[in-house]
Amino acid sequence: MHIPDGYLSPSTCAAAYAAALPFWYVATRRLGKGMNTRLVPLLSVVSAFCFVIMMFNLPLPGGTTGHATGMAIAAILLGPWGAVVAISMALFIQALFFGDGGLTAFGANSLNMAILGSFVAYGVYSLLAGASAVTSPRRLVAAAMAGYVAINVSALAAAVEFGAQPMLFHDAAGAPLYAPYQLSIAVPAMMIGHLTIAGLAEMLLTAGIIAFLQRSNPQLLERQALAARGHSTSARGLALILGVLMVASPLGLLAAGTAWGEWSADAFADPAARAVMAGASLDAAPSKAVPQGLARLSSIWTAPIPDYAPSFLKSAALGYMLSAFTGVGLIILAYLALTSVLGLARQRGNQHA
Amino acid sequence: MPDGLDQSAEPAFDACGRTVISSRKPHQSGGHIARILRFALQAEAFASASGLLQRRDPRFKIGAMLALIIAATWAQHLATVWCLVLLVPVLTVVSLVPLRRLALQVGLPVLAFTGLIAAPAIFLVPGRVIATLPMLGWGITDTGLRSALMLVGRAEAAAGLALLLVLTTPWPQLVKALSTLGVPAVIVAMLSMTQRYIFIFLQGAVDMQEAHHSRIMAPASGRRRRQMIGSATGVLFTRSLDMGQNIHEAMIARGYRGQSLSLSTWRAGFADCLLLGIAVAILAAVIGLQL
Repeated sequence: MHIPDGYLSPSTCAAAYAAALPFWYVATRRLGKGMNTRLVPLLSVVSAFCFVIMMFNLPLPGGTTGHATGMAIAAILLGPWGAVVAISMALFIQALFFGDGGLTAFGANSLNMAILGSFVAYGVYSLLAGASAVTSPRRLVAAAMAGYVAINVSALAAAVEFGAQPMLFHDAAGAPLYAPYQLSIAVPAMMIGHLTIAGLAEMLLTAGIIAFLQRSNPQLLERQALAARGHSTSARGLALILGVLMVASPLGLLAAGTAWGEWSADAFADPAARAVMAGASLDAAPSKAVPQGLARLSSIWTAPIPDYAPSFLKSAALGYMLSAFTGVGLIILAYLALTSVLGLARQRGNQHA
Repeated sequence: MPDGLDQSAEPAFDACGRTVISSRKPHQSGGHIARILRFALQAEAFASASGLLQRRDPRFKIGAMLALIIAATWAQHLATVWCLVLLVPVLTVVSLVPLRRLALQVGLPVLAFTGLIAAPAIFLVPGRVIATLPMLGWGITDTGLRSALMLVGRAEAAAGLALLLVLTTPWPQLVKALSTLGVPAVIVAMLSMTQRYIFIFLQGAVDMQEAHHSRIMAPASGRRRRQMIGSATGVLFTRSLDMGQNIHEAMIARGYRGQSLSLSTWRAGFADCLLLGIAVAILAAVIGLQL
C-alpha cells in the first residue's frame, strides 16, 4: 500500500499534499496544546513503534504471511490526531531512509494511511466499543474490526488514486504516463490482497496487542476509554453519519451500469449488457455462452433481496433504503452474537483457570 | 564495503544509543530486521566517506535531489526518464558508494516490485500490437510496453536518488537541513529522535525473537506464533511508552522547554550552488520543454 514515486502524477501528488496539510497542521496544534514538552519524546517513540510493527511478518491461516501497518493500534491508543502525526512520521522515515513509499507520494501515502486510516480506525473502534469495560471482549472485536476496516479503506483510497491515473494522464498515443491500470483492474487487484491477507494481518495484530494490554496494562486502555467517553459526541456523531448515509443510500441508483465483475448469468444473453461488459473490460468481448461454472454456481443460492430491491416494494429508492437498514441491522446482530460467544469463551477460560 | 563492517555481523546499541557491532549471528527469524539494521549501519559509514555528494551542503543536496526526483516524476518521454535512471549509477560511483549496494537496496527490489505490477500492462493496455508472445499468443502493445517502461524507469530513478541522498548524508544533518526548508522545528526534533528509536526497537524485536526461539524445542504452531507476536508487540508498545516518559523527564531535567537548538552552521560554496543549479535547470527543462 506504500505508493512509490512514479506511480502518481505530480498534480495528484500535489493535491494529496494539499489535502494532508490541514490535517498535519491541526494534529500538531492539538497535540502541542495538550502535551507541551511531552509531545516530542512521546510521539517519537510511538512513531518508531508503528514503524517496527510493520516489520513483523504475521503467519496467517493458509500458510501465507502478512504485515500490519499499526494505524488502528495507534489510533486506539493515541486517538486519531496522535495517530496522524505518529504514522506520518513513520511513513516519512520509511520513504526517505528505507525507500518504502516515495517522497513525492508521501502526501498520498499519509492521506491514505495516516489520516484516512487513523480516523476510520478510531471511528469504527469508538462505535463498536461504546462504553464497555476495557477488559471486555467487545473491545477486542472492536479493535479487530477497526484494524480490518481501516486497512481496507486505506487500500481502496490507494486503488482509486492508481485507477484514476490512466484516465487523466496519458500521452498522445494513449499510453498511460503513470500507473497503467484503470479502476476496473486497480480496485480488485488491490482489494483482493487487502480483504484477505493484509486485512487479516492487521486484524490479528491489532486484536493481539489489545488482548495483551487487557491482560498486562489495562490502565493504558482505561485512559483512552475515559478520553473516548469525554468525546462521546463523536460516537453519536458517527451514528448520525451512518443514519444519514443509510437514508442517502438511494443515491447509489444514480450510478449507471453494474459493478465490474458483478454481472448476472442473464447478462451474457442481453446485447446491451454485453456491450457494457466489453466497454468496462478494455473492449474484450465476453464469451457468447454463459460460462459453465457461473451458470452452475449462480443458481445455488437465491438472495432474499436480490439487487437491493425487495419484491414487495415498487419504489427502487425505498428498496435501497430498506436494504441499507437491513444490512446494518444484520451486521450489528452478527457483531453482538460474536461478542457474546467470545464473552462466554472467556468466562469458561477464567473458570478453568 | 567500508572498513569495520562485516556482512554477517549484527548491529546492536550501547548504553548511549550509539550503534556498535555485535558478533552474534542473526537468527533466521529475525533476519529481515537484522538486514535492515545492517543496511542502516552501512549507510552511516557511506555518509562519512569523502565522495562528491558527501562533500556538498545538505540543504543544497536536498534541493538538488528533490528537483531531480520531481523531474523524473514529471518527465513525459521515455528517453528523459531513462536518462535520469542512468544518472543514478553515475552519481553513485562519484560518491564512492558501491554499485552493488544500490542494486541490492533499490535496483533489484524496485525492478521486481514495479516490474511485477507493470508487466501485465504490456498486454492489457490497448494499442498497436508490435509482437506476440510465443506459445501463449498474447499481443504486446506499443502503448503497453511504453507505459510499463515509463513506470519502472520513474520508480527506479526516484528511489535511487532518494537512496543516494540518505547514503551520502548523516541523518542528523539531513533532519537539520529539513528545518531550513521550512519544516517546523517540532517535526524536525521528532524525526531525529524517531530514527534513533526505530533502531533501538528493531534491536529489541530481534532480541525478543531470539529469546523466544531459544526457549522452544520445536517450531511453534501458527496460532502460537500469532500469540507470541501479539504479546511481543504489546511489550514493545509498553516499553516505548515507558521510554517516552523517561526520556521526557530526562530532557526536562536537562533544560528542555520544547525548543531544539543546533550548534553546527553551514556555509555553501560554489560547488553546492552548481549542483543545485544543474538539478533545477534539468527540472526546468523537463517542465518547460515538456521533455
